[in-house]
Amino acid sequence: MIGRRRGIVLLVVVAVYALVMGGAATKLLNPYWQQIIQFACIMTISALGLNVIYGYTGQFSLGHAAFYGIGAYTSAWITKTWAVGAISFPIALAAGVIAAALIAFLIGLPILRLRSDYLGIATLGFGIIVKVLFDNADAVLPTLGGSRGMTGIPHYTTFTWVFLLAIGAVLFVRNFVYSSSGRACISVREDEIAAEAIGIDTTRYKTLGFVLGCALGGLAGGLYAHLYTFLHPMNIDFLKSFDVLLIVVLGGLGSISGTVVAACAWTLLLEGLRVVLPSEILDWRLVIYPLMLITVMLLRPQGLFGGQEFKFLRPGAKP
Amino acid sequence: MSALLSVQHLTKDFGGLRAVADFRLELAEGDLVGLIGPNGAGKTTVFNLITGMIPPTSGEIAFQGKSLLGLRAHKIAHRGIARTFQNIRLFNDLSVLDNVRIAYHPYAGYGLTQAVLRTPRFRKAEETLTAQAHELLSVVKLEERADEAARNLPYGDQRRLEIARALAVKPRLLLLDEPAAGMNPGEIERLMELVRHIRGRFRLTILLIEHQMRFVMQICERLTVMDFGQVIAEGTPQEVQANATVIEAYLGKGPC
Repeated sequence: MIGRRRGIVLLVVVAVYALVMGGAATKLLNPYWQQIIQFACIMTISALGLNVIYGYTGQFSLGHAAFYGIGAYTSAWITKTWAVGAISFPIALAAGVIAAALIAFLIGLPILRLRSDYLGIATLGFGIIVKVLFDNADAVLPTLGGSRGMTGIPHYTTFTWVFLLAIGAVLFVRNFVYSSSGRACISVREDEIAAEAIGIDTTRYKTLGFVLGCALGGLAGGLYAHLYTFLHPMNIDFLKSFDVLLIVVLGGLGSISGTVVAACAWTLLLEGLRVVLPSEILDWRLVIYPLMLITVMLLRPQGLFGGQEFKFLRPGAKP
Repeated sequence: MSALLSVQHLTKDFGGLRAVADFRLELAEGDLVGLIGPNGAGKTTVFNLITGMIPPTSGEIAFQGKSLLGLRAHKIAHRGIARTFQNIRLFNDLSVLDNVRIAYHPYAGYGLTQAVLRTPRFRKAEETLTAQAHELLSVVKLEERADEAARNLPYGDQRRLEIARALAVKPRLLLLDEPAAGMNPGEIERLMELVRHIRGRFRLTILLIEHQMRFVMQICERLTVMDFGQVIAEGTPQEVQANATVIEAYLGKGPC
């Protein structure tokens, strides 16, 4: 039974990949849409990270874009200054992940003592600081471009990269969440006092959830930088954190399936409306899209998936 | 035999309020002791102090001869003290099984890397701890409801699940905070059986807070009575029942 389900999932994954690659090769899918699809995968990775932080560990972060930015700038700086060709890409991505994780660890230790809205404000503040730092980063490292933006980042991100990494991120989060460490994180979300009482080091697991989530944010940032080949502090400012938060809440807190569906739907919807809407009301796109969000939230306040998962993302109940 | 738990001169001030004053308690291995007293006497505060949820103002708490002062709550749990809560604190959104499995975390025996890579060691460890959790659920007769969300359990079942979760910590000392609260006579009867059963099976020492006098008098071998943060009496249930100070604390001073 499980074998067959796995087979079907694998088939769908391969089919999606083949469809996009085939579309690109036959020019049915123009470069613009290829980019959108890649961006959807990047948002998936980033949102999965925030879901680990907020959805599973219960720590309200409004600073996700900052870690995305740290990953983006770190990896872009490496590929740009250390120009040895595409081989530098995976190394740069890994460096971006490590940088985001390390800074998440250092910033997490003091601020994760705060709870709910207070933590939100603190992470928001951190996000603003990071944005301002990158605004002025050219004073120290001219390569980073400061408020003029960073240009000349090599275009290394391909659909194969983002697709495989997005699947890797899904598997990573699933395997983490359905493990003892993952359950420890969830217990922190459910009831911190009870978690301590049964021997869970809540500080440790809060930090772990935060660091892992930010690391995924950093990975997404690195892929983003090498997709658009241009970085600007505006791309990572705190408003971008809300996009990710929106995806996570829309998909349903604590649901991998929800995050994946919402990230893809959100990205494709935003662009798709350009195509679908008649030209006379195209200007209303940014009114129609929030209205759709409000409607979804009114109809499904628990998010699209409301903590549920596709069956294949749940570990087999009993072997 | 030396004491399993020894509490001396324990004092806790909340601002100007002295919630616990010069409290003392000695528990020997295998004891089943009740902590009783009128509302607001400081009983739950004593539990919170022993389990490290709040730091004491002064005094000493030693478990198996080692001081617990300054340890964080989870470390105290690792030393072998588990508890339940007066106002049940389950992981509501999680399944009954996961509530228990989480408490096995320190014994999981695999790390994050093994979990992410789904190594054979991970699978084996998960199987073992899932089996153990099922076994504990059968002890508290919740085996059938393993996959239900904890929030959907009836009240009495939630109390029993909390006990199962505490047992998963593999404690030497179990603190039960009003386990019989809100239960009907039949449920209380079954709870007594359960407490006796787990005490024998897991060789536990139990300290419990309870207002249900029938429960306390039948099950506890010794009682410590508190009022206004202080110990006002100690002894067997019979001695305590006859103690004038205790009667006064509960019923007030008579007119004569």
